[in-house]
Amino acid sequence: MAADTTTLRPDAPTHHEALAGLDALDGVGRPLRDRLSRRAWRATWPKLVALGLILLVWQSAVWAHRKPYIFQSPTAVFRQLWEMVGTSLFWQACWATAGQAVVGYALVLLVGGIVGTAVARVAVLRAGIASLITGMQTMPSVLWYPLGIMVFGVDAKAIILMMVLGAAPVVANGFISGIDQVPPGLLRVGGILGARGLALQRHVIRPAAFPSILGGMKQGWAFAWHALMAGEFLVLVNPLSLGGRTVNAVTQGEWAVVVAMMIVIIFIGIMVDVVFSSVDRSVRRRYGLIDAAAA
Amino acid sequence: MGASGCGKTTLLDLISGLDRPTVGSVAVPIAEGTTRGTSTAMLFQDSALFPWLTVAANVELPLRLRGVGRVERRSVAADLHERVHLGGSGDRRPHELSGGMRQRVALARALAQDAGLLLMDEPFGALDAITRDLLHDELEALWLERRFTAVFVTHNIREAARLGNSIVLLTSRPGRVAARFTVGLARPRRSDSPEIGSLAATVTDQLRAEVGRHGR
Repeated sequence: MAADTTTLRPDAPTHHEALAGLDALDGVGRPLRDRLSRRAWRATWPKLVALGLILLVWQSAVWAHRKPYIFQSPTAVFRQLWEMVGTSLFWQACWATAGQAVVGYALVLLVGGIVGTAVARVAVLRAGIASLITGMQTMPSVLWYPLGIMVFGVDAKAIILMMVLGAAPVVANGFISGIDQVPPGLLRVGGILGARGLALQRHVIRPAAFPSILGGMKQGWAFAWHALMAGEFLVLVNPLSLGGRTVNAVTQGEWAVVVAMMIVIIFIGIMVDVVFSSVDRSVRRRYGLIDAAAA
Repeated sequence: MGASGCGKTTLLDLISGLDRPTVGSVAVPIAEGTTRGTSTAMLFQDSALFPWLTVAANVELPLRLRGVGRVERRSVAADLHERVHLGGSGDRRPHELSGGMRQRVALARALAQDAGLLLMDEPFGALDAITRDLLHDELEALWLERRFTAVFVTHNIREAARLGNSIVLLTSRPGRVAARFTVGLARPRRSDSPEIGSLAATVTDQLRAEVGRHGR
């Protein structure tokens, strides 16, 4: 066959000049984002309005209530809260509960992660216990309380057991569904690039499953926190924990303290959720799972 | 190349070792004098980059899996970026790139494998005509420089004529070799050259005859 006689004109752009032009035309620059203050305000004002409405409803309920000395007004509760926050006892209680939460949640992640990964990867385990894990999720964590007492007696370990049994299944399910949903194409590519066994697990499966794993971790936190609060209420190991302090206040009829403690517990829950949500958003943005402009 | 159902993708899987032949064996000759490994690299129609890694980390991954140290990894990956004209995009995520750019990153990642054999499964099939044309130039320039062995699967006859040194036409059900064409055209080539046009016409006639048998 004859040699190619068609050649580029001397002044025609080379292919890499043309590629650079195309790249510029494709406009893959990063979207402009609003200033931080604007975004902060946009996120904050609806919350402030909601808080105002709650206080309004609360105060109206107090006015309408027949026994206002039991049903505390917002002013009484917040005065109590302010006083309480100034005492070292309160911070000791927070510290004790936080310590318990950290230890328990760490165990929840460990157990949930190991069980979830094993069930997702080993067919026999899946056949054996996958449905059990889902079933355990529907079990309210307070119902593990008798088991905790049987195993550990009236001890902080009983609460930890409640947390693990209540929350680890949720975390395990996050791992299982995350690993199940890894696109087979990515596994194929991993194999081609030379990732096998543990390397495949580490460089492909786990990062690919991570958004779902994170969802499981977030939900697992909520379950673990429920179990911890229920445990502190029921097992009453430490009167100097948030839950224990609340129970004491109930028995002594300190209703303002009870409501103040409830606010503290809700506040902690919201703060942890804020942390999880922001991690979740940044992961999704990195993975390209949400429109960067909307995040 | 060949029509649907001729087993093009299966063939690539057999060559790469992702699938095993029920009978027989696959011999993969590697060009003499190459110091490259025997493993195969592969390009897919979708770039198949890992979305959780930056562009640079995607290109570095095969090196990392081979146990290459961080400093060397950086410099090899940076060279490959420059080579596919993507210098400066290393810290971006795959989803921030256009389809053509992603495919160039995938090409850089495949080159980072330093494999003796590059398998390509319709890698430019989803791109617009202008981008595809430029990537043909890019691939040809890379091949002229590095002379790797490549098996390129395509539905596009002009693409086969534009890139190939030899074209193998497969029949469908069962997948057998129907014809073989040796392309002796000088490089660099242009897909709009008359020689490629006439070669494409010859292959098209043969392919139509092959496909037509199934309609009868």
